Amino acid sequence: MGRYLVRRLAQAALVVVGVVVLTFIVVRLLPGDPAAAYAGPRASPEDLARARELLGLDKPVIAQLGMYMSGLVQGDWGTSLHTRLPVTHDLSIAFPASLELVGTALIFAVLIGIPLGLLAARFFGSPVDGAVRLGSMFAAAFPVFLLALIVQNTFATKLGWFPVAGEYDSKLDSTSPLHLYTNITIVDAFITGNWPIFLSTLHHLILPALVVAAYPIGVVTQMTRAAVSEEASLDHARLERALGFAPGQVLRRFSFRPSLNPILTLLALVFAYSLVNAFLVESIFNWPGLGNYAVASIRSLDTAAVAGVTLIVALAYVIANLLVDIAQTFIDPRVRLS
Amino acid sequence: MTIIPPEELIPNDERFAFLSLARGRLRGQKMFVAGAVVLLVIVVMAILAPWITPYPQDAQGGVDPVNSLLAPSSQHWFGTDQVGRDVYTRVVFGARTSLLIVFSVLSLSVIIGVTLGVIAGYAGGWIRDLVMRVTDVFLAFPALLLSLALCIVLEPDLKTAILAITVTWWPWYTRLAAGVAASISGRAYMDAVRALGISPARAVFRHVLPNSLTPVIVQLSLDAGGIILTAAALSFLGLGAQEPTAEWGLMVSQGQDLFTTAYWVSLYPGLAILIAAFAFNMLGEGMRTALDPRRGFTS
Repeated sequence: MGRYLVRRLAQAALVVVGVVVLTFIVVRLLPGDPAAAYAGPRASPEDLARARELLGLDKPVIAQLGMYMSGLVQGDWGTSLHTRLPVTHDLSIAFPASLELVGTALIFAVLIGIPLGLLAARFFGSPVDGAVRLGSMFAAAFPVFLLALIVQNTFATKLGWFPVAGEYDSKLDSTSPLHLYTNITIVDAFITGNWPIFLSTLHHLILPALVVAAYPIGVVTQMTRAAVSEEASLDHARLERALGFAPGQVLRRFSFRPSLNPILTLLALVFAYSLVNAFLVESIFNWPGLGNYAVASIRSLDTAAVAGVTLIVALAYVIANLLVDIAQTFIDPRVRLS
Repeated sequence: MTIIPPEELIPNDERFAFLSLARGRLRGQKMFVAGAVVLLVIVVMAILAPWITPYPQDAQGGVDPVNSLLAPSSQHWFGTDQVGRDVYTRVVFGARTSLLIVFSVLSLSVIIGVTLGVIAGYAGGWIRDLVMRVTDVFLAFPALLLSLALCIVLEPDLKTAILAITVTWWPWYTRLAAGVAASISGRAYMDAVRALGISPARAVFRHVLPNSLTPVIVQLSLDAGGIILTAAALSFLGLGAQEPTAEWGLMVSQGQDLFTTAYWVSLYPGLAILIAAFAFNMLGEGMRTALDPRRGFTS
């Protein structure tokens, strides 16, 4: 167990280093001279040279990579050109907002996808199974921005059941100001007992989270169906049925738990994918998350901010994978052997 | 006396065996057939676009402000956009763009990914470890994210989008091909290949590669839908194809602010993305079910 953990951690660390190097390469490829951007439009050649020296651009690439890495480790992720604030500060606000959205979406995915997958596996090969299978494929193929436009237009603009955009009613900031601890609005509102903001956030959250959830619901359903029906075809399931357990009971009691591993692995993958998919939904619902920040950064060719977004999503993915792998060793003792 | 090339002496080479096996099985797969039929229609429409659309000049920069934002009618089946271009015409021409993207990304990714994967899987050892660690790094970036970063770095257009998606897509094929190649190189007929003194390069490309293709082909059709969605997302954000190219994602984004009053500008290109992605997914799912080795040869 200990050795497995150490090896897995070392592997994750290696990937993180690779992610940083790759981000550095992408950032270095950017057109335009970072020194020119730093020194401003009316800089003299001497100013430019000074800026280049200050930014370390006169040093060899390897030295620059070293500087970049040590900066990252010390929490210096650069300064955003369009907000004029440290990138780490911007991310500390945008990332939790995205996490709130994607986390809620994944809760929907688990609550809807797993029961649907179990249903399909229970009636494997029947019309029910066919309908669930087609429906889940349909959900996974739906372009998320189109779904966002349709849902927003129908349930917010036309029917008025939900707010059109934003994270919560900004008027509440003056009547019941929110104390920030985690920067995840709904969590902070909950732990400080700020019910007006909590309810407003929940109300604003449902539509975009459901839209983000469409793809995860589709793939979680497909994976649950495949894994559980596979497990149910094994000898142990045959024995359990012979012992008199009803088919549905066999699925829930014996076939589901061993299927949790592939489902969890999938969730880690889907988490990172949804974080980026949410970019499109955020821009339509004006959700103050990473996506909105990324789009604004892209428009202003804000290298440091784009690198920051890229890094934090990749890091979140590596960490999610790591957590899932560790969780698996607790859920499934067979993992430890390998 | 004719000289028989050494390869022909090798028994049990399963090269392309899946083709004959697949034919019978695929026919019984409703999902595969449905996906294939829809895709065929899309391909035919894309090829015949200039002849089956009422206003082919609208596919590019045609401007007709008098007829802007007309609702769907018998003249304009899908209505017209802000500058008066026929949405139906542009949706049909958009199929060309999407198919071009899918075809380019898949062929580039397969050439890079499978070659690298087969070499890694066959060679094993530190070469395999090195290649796998590199793919680990690339796979830590969701496809759209790395494409986003790259599309800012490079001038945003169709070529950049294709390149950016390829950069994020090849590692999947490398992993897949490496796994298959490793298992193939352990089989008896590969011992025969080695015993005959065939060079490693020849062994890889003549014997390992063709036998690794079945799972790759299944994966290709499963991935095509994802590539359509990723490309559409990039152009929706303004980082893919640019005006006046008829591209579905771009068309949706051009109509998004009008959705309440002129839904057709965004809806029809959006539905085209959905149908194309869904058809590719059905094709892939059908293929995967049909070629599932667990089903055995007789079923």
